Amino acid sequence: MGSRASTLLRDEELEEIKKETGFSHSQITRLYSRFTSLDKGENGTLSREDFQRIPELAINPLGDRIINAFFPEGEDQVNFRGFMRTLAHFRPIEDNEKSKDVNGPEPLNSRSNKLHFAFRLYDLDKDDKISRDELLQVLRMMVGVNISDEQLGSIADRTIQEADQDGDSAISFTEFVKMDNH
Amino acid sequence: MGIRGFVPFCPWNWCLLLATLQCCGASSELNRSTDSSARRELNVRYAAASSQPAETISVFTLDYDYVQIPYEVTLWILLASLAKIGFHLNRRLPGLMPESCLLILVGALVGAVIFGTDHKSPPVMDSSIYFLYLLPPIVLESGYFMPTRPFFENLGSILWWAGLGALLNAFGIGLSLYLICQVPAFGLGDINLLQNLLFGSLISAVDPVAVLAVFEEACVNEQLYMMIFGEALLNDGISVVLYNILIAFTKMHKFEDIEPVDILAGCARFVIVGCGGAFFGVIFGFISAFITRFTQNISAIEPLIVFMFSYLSYLVAETLYLSGILAITACAVTMKKYVEENVSQTSYTTIKYFMKMLSSVSETLIFIFMGVSTIGKNHEWNWAFICFTLVFCQIWRAISVFVLFYVSNQFRTFPFSIKDQCVIFYSGVRGAGSFSLAFLLPLSLFPRKKLFVTATLVVIYFTVFIQGITVGPLVRYLDVRKTNKKESINEELHTRLMDHLKAGIEDVCGQWSHYQVRDKFKKFDHKYLRKILIRKNLPKSSLVSLYKKLEMKQAIEMVESGVLSSTAFSTPRRVQKTQETKRLSPEDVESMRDILTRNMYQVRQRTLSYNKYNLQPQTSEKQAKEILIRRRNTFRESVKKGHSLPWGKPAGTKNIRYLSFPYSKPLPAGRDMKVAEFTDHDGSDSELPPITFNTHSPTGTIQERRWTPEVIPMKRLHGAGTPLHFGYRRNAGREEHLGRGGRAILRPKPLFHAVDEEFESEEESKEETPAFGSLLSSELRPGGDCNVSHSPLLQRK
Repeated sequence: MGSRASTLLRDEELEEIKKETGFSHSQITRLYSRFTSLDKGENGTLSREDFQRIPELAINPLGDRIINAFFPEGEDQVNFRGFMRTLAHFRPIEDNEKSKDVNGPEPLNSRSNKLHFAFRLYDLDKDDKISRDELLQVLRMMVGVNISDEQLGSIADRTIQEADQDGDSAISFTEFVKMDNH
Repeated sequence: MGIRGFVPFCPWNWCLLLATLQCCGASSELNRSTDSSARRELNVRYAAASSQPAETISVFTLDYDYVQIPYEVTLWILLASLAKIGFHLNRRLPGLMPESCLLILVGALVGAVIFGTDHKSPPVMDSSIYFLYLLPPIVLESGYFMPTRPFFENLGSILWWAGLGALLNAFGIGLSLYLICQVPAFGLGDINLLQNLLFGSLISAVDPVAVLAVFEEACVNEQLYMMIFGEALLNDGISVVLYNILIAFTKMHKFEDIEPVDILAGCARFVIVGCGGAFFGVIFGFISAFITRFTQNISAIEPLIVFMFSYLSYLVAETLYLSGILAITACAVTMKKYVEENVSQTSYTTIKYFMKMLSSVSETLIFIFMGVSTIGKNHEWNWAFICFTLVFCQIWRAISVFVLFYVSNQFRTFPFSIKDQCVIFYSGVRGAGSFSLAFLLPLSLFPRKKLFVTATLVVIYFTVFIQGITVGPLVRYLDVRKTNKKESINEELHTRLMDHLKAGIEDVCGQWSHYQVRDKFKKFDHKYLRKILIRKNLPKSSLVSLYKKLEMKQAIEMVESGVLSSTAFSTPRRVQKTQETKRLSPEDVESMRDILTRNMYQVRQRTLSYNKYNLQPQTSEKQAKEILIRRRNTFRESVKKGHSLPWGKPAGTKNIRYLSFPYSKPLPAGRDMKVAEFTDHDGSDSELPPITFNTHSPTGTIQERRWTPEVIPMKRLHGAGTPLHFGYRRNAGREEHLGRGGRAILRPKPLFHAVDEEFESEEESKEETPAFGSLLSSELRPGGDCNVSHSPLLQRK
């Protein structure tokens, strides 16, 4: 199966993906076989149902949002390039990359891109701010049923209070980054 | 003049049950002597004075001899159970020491009593009883509860470690002790090499699973877990095989002139015995899986089939002088996957609990017997032998751990750290296995048997108590994280979010392991094995029945309250827009942090928690249920509002995997229906958004509300005579076709779904079955669940 997968993935495509994402050859091949095994429709793209078929994602509190993060805006299908691009955010930063190419485009798995990714999980309406409501929704997803809404509300308030610096009762990306730096 | 022994005995019976063992032991002893003498008296009387019927037929008699063995065995087991109850009532104790400690103590207590009252203990432990009755349940239980997927992924490492480790330990300890025996000062000169080797083999049988509960709280990664598990599993088998081979050698009386051909024959025999046993186990596993396919009408015998076939595999292997232990293990591992899908829910639970119970009883008996023989006169104490045994056990275990893992780390994707290796080394706790083998040494071949038994006992006591109690703190010490740093609420939330995110992405990427082999096996399995071994109509799975119950409860509540649960989501939006942020006191913040910490969902753990002595429902199961329910609620709520999901995607895409049906009959091409299914208890149908369209005439039945728990067979509800096949048919081309608004959402009754899915879900390919099954642990039935949880969307095969 491995060899079959790599023949389907053309070498130049592999090279492009490698350059764009920084994964190694074997990693890309392996992820391609994963992609094809998820792709039940065998049409070279994944839809949301394919992701939902992964059982562990079903019981991940953020499962839906993670799935959604794979799909570009307004689309229902993601092809292998898009798949790899999203996964590339999570590739661990290797030491030999740190000193490379300061002038080129920022690698996909840079810290700032990772944070952007996480920020997008919170920020659903994509206004670059995490409002209290959005925070509340995330909190609700991550917390058990034992916490009442009022408690959750005050936790959300407190969270915003801690992070908010420009007083707009919402967390912007810069504030988010600062929060993560502690 | 009749015997009135019964009356005084009665209160003593109660005292016994209240765990005053002394009274019981003494009284039973007394009663026995009283009784036998009384009976003799009665007989004499009866013979002498048969002409006086009124006085010679006694109203109450006592016949202790008749029940002695089962009676005492039962008492022992009850006593151990009472002790376990006490042990678990204390919250902290189970985390401090392994349960083996407790059992040994109870055994020692019983032994003390029996010794004190000079009572002859029942012959619980002799060779045939041990090997035929006591050992199989223990091995069966560990084989059955072993998580198969991680086991097979790490099979190479496990075989390498368990197999070679056992051999290395056995021969190492044996040889070193032989060298010690050569020293004349210790007086051990008469123990020859073979006997030492034999002793080495039986003392190297570890029982590390017993300590798993102790360091469960510390983060033990899955690989380590599997190593320990795998070792425990194969260890018994290997040491028994080795033991038997060496006994055979000893019997041949060829100690001094063992030729190389003998050694080669021994090795070959070792391999044949091991593999042959496993082979037979697999065969029997398949046979029993096949048979359970047909037992749907007589589900009461399903546990019987499981147990009898496993036991049969053991016996057959033993007949052929193959390793029964490995046979029964292989049988359990093979059988488990298919049997779990075939048997009914109650049978499944019965099997699990019964297995735990049997193995628990066996182990209890062995430990008690160990305690009994501790306190007795059958000891021979030799300082040198015993001390060196202890020392060598530790040294050789350390050597084997570090050397073998060093080698295997070169080949593994996830090497084991030194910390992991230390944990493995330290968890080398001996258990009942070693003691049994020592006890069963034939005295004729081993004149110094008592020495061996004493040494074994010392090693067991030492490792169980000292190592067992300190392994927990050690692991926690080694696993020190930066725990004491106070995090703000933000950080905590954010860290947890990132953990969930990472776990989710890992899951998307799948397992980084021998993917191809596993994939191939799964394909083969699905194509051939499952068709043969798994029955067509699956019984209800626990997740489904749970959903039914929860659904109904929710629905009833909603009807009663008249308010949808979804309003909770909308309130924050309206209410607190302009509320100013209050200044919170530190205590409030603290309490908030505590609440958050305690209540946030755990990140998905790959490590399964296993308890040797108990079956506990997993907390992650509860968490999973909550998450699933919430997701459905969110979806339902958003659909109800007539708009798409929060993130702007059409509602139809977010599908309910766990209750959608496979699609076995293609709908007429003209109607591209993508029917999403839900089990949905809405307050009233009138709120259903008009997006629902359904070409099937049975739509009308949806309007009926049924709150009864009866399951209505789908067939009857649809006049067409075909079973309802609402399926979520995913077809990439059509998806674009329908566009956003076109997603059809059908909300039939949940009750229907629960039934039908079992019929149909089998048809579809469920490649992820084992993964999901293992994930949700043994508590949730993997079989039905998997079928349920994956949207069996595709028509394709």
